[in-house]
Amino acid sequence: MGAGSGRLYVAVAAGGFRRYATYRAATAAGVFTNTVFGLILVYTYLALWDEKPQLGGYDQAQATTFVWLGQALLAALAIGGGGFEDELMERIRTGDVAVDLYRPVDLQLWWLAADVGRALFQLLGRGVVPFVFGSLFFPVALPREVSVWAAFLVTLVLAMLVGFALRYLVALSAFWLLDGTGVTQMAWLAGLFCSGMLLPLNVFPGALGEVVRALPWSSLLQAPADVLLGEADPLPTYLFQASWAVALLAVGRLVQSAATRRVVVQGG
Amino acid sequence: MSFSADRGVRRGRVVEGVRAYGLIAGMWIRSTMAYRTSFALTTFGNFAMTALDFVAILLMFSRVDALGGWSLPEVAFLYGLSGVSFGLADLAVGSMERLGRRVRDGTLDTLLVRPVPVLAQVAADRFALRRLGRVTQGVLVLGYALVVVDVDWTAGKLLLMPVMLLGGAGIFCAVFLAAAAFQFVAQDASEVANAFTYGGTTLLQYPPTVFALDLVRGATFVVPLAFVNWLPASYVLGRPYPLGLPGWAAFTTPLVAAACCALAGLAWRAGLRSYRSTGS
Repeated sequence: MGAGSGRLYVAVAAGGFRRYATYRAATAAGVFTNTVFGLILVYTYLALWDEKPQLGGYDQAQATTFVWLGQALLAALAIGGGGFEDELMERIRTGDVAVDLYRPVDLQLWWLAADVGRALFQLLGRGVVPFVFGSLFFPVALPREVSVWAAFLVTLVLAMLVGFALRYLVALSAFWLLDGTGVTQMAWLAGLFCSGMLLPLNVFPGALGEVVRALPWSSLLQAPADVLLGEADPLPTYLFQASWAVALLAVGRLVQSAATRRVVVQGG
Repeated sequence: MSFSADRGVRRGRVVEGVRAYGLIAGMWIRSTMAYRTSFALTTFGNFAMTALDFVAILLMFSRVDALGGWSLPEVAFLYGLSGVSFGLADLAVGSMERLGRRVRDGTLDTLLVRPVPVLAQVAADRFALRRLGRVTQGVLVLGYALVVVDVDWTAGKLLLMPVMLLGGAGIFCAVFLAAAAFQFVAQDASEVANAFTYGGTTLLQYPPTVFALDLVRGATFVVPLAFVNWLPASYVLGRPYPLGLPGWAAFTTPLVAAACCALAGLAWRAGLRSYRSTGS
């Protein structure tokens, strides 16, 4: 990849950022909704940790931090859907994807760049305010060391890669299924359940907890949260997330080449 | 004379609206049934998405015996009531959340020129029978709760059950209607409505004792969601309501629902009057 194509993908990412930044009222509405859901969740977590302090190894402040972190990352990592995948699936269904494939750019990198731009905007535009609100009005456990925050940012970048790789596979399923509603729904369920969005994974009982922590979705919320809360060492966490990112991106590439070779575009 | 004639006209419009709603909803059901597999899958998806909330509660109770002092059967009772009420409202008028899109792209104009009440058209627009998945999930949890919960049933408490389910659905219908009215002015900000609809039903799945008193006050006196299940269910379970309201308040759900629907109807009318279509 030369400097020229590097610039191209930066431009695509910037475009993704600007595209979402255009809808200011929608962003404000999202901030409001995330804050309300955060409020509801935080009280249920406070009650849960009142009942059992140190549940899952978290204290109450760590649990509230987890809630607000989840609300901050929900849109950015598109854990509950809402990323690029609906659009790509629609392009596959209508056959517009043929135009994408003719372009002298890589399909996967193109959508990755656009999705990273979107994620960055939603992290800054939608994520920061609910998190700051939560930190001001509830007891939270935030690290004082800059190094921990830096490590947390690295886990976020890796989380974006894993999140993209998962949703790219979901989108590519449209090459075979055309209507991706069912797959999208299943991916959505898995994302909410296995990322820690529903409940921190360390609270899950026994073997179920072990299993969900090994799955790729735990890279999305649980891994960054544990690094921020000082519950996990950064290096093994990076390794875990990066392994899933590489593996899933590679599978995405394989599926992509199979799809473009085998499938006849609609209307062709 | 003219007064009674006016009332006759109004009743005629209500009947006409209900009839139109039935026709449009029936049309969408026939259209859905053209793809039966897709219907079965999306209904299951709707069921599963909703069930996820209850799975979270079950996971919580796998680690603790009570939440805010309420046991699992009691929380399931709250959850089932909230789920069924919200599910019925969502099934009946949930499509109204699509109104924002119609306001933005101007397709609401099409509905305005048809000789059918706009509210009926908007409420039945793309009527989604798959939302039965949500209702079914609520019914199952409520059924489970009724089997395991410990209640001294009296005639009053039995009577309260259908009253609060239908009244609760009425309150949620008012929330959907107010949210739709808000979309006339909100433009892109339609997601705010989710905080009150989906946020509302999530709030009611947990005992009021879990939340800060100010939040409970807001949910009782400002957006009176508490009348859906918190107040009547507290009465049925014999638990004191955190705000110390008198016992008869548990029976006022239908009145609150009627008042909410009337207010939301006024908001809807104001919103519809302010509509100026789109374009340059």
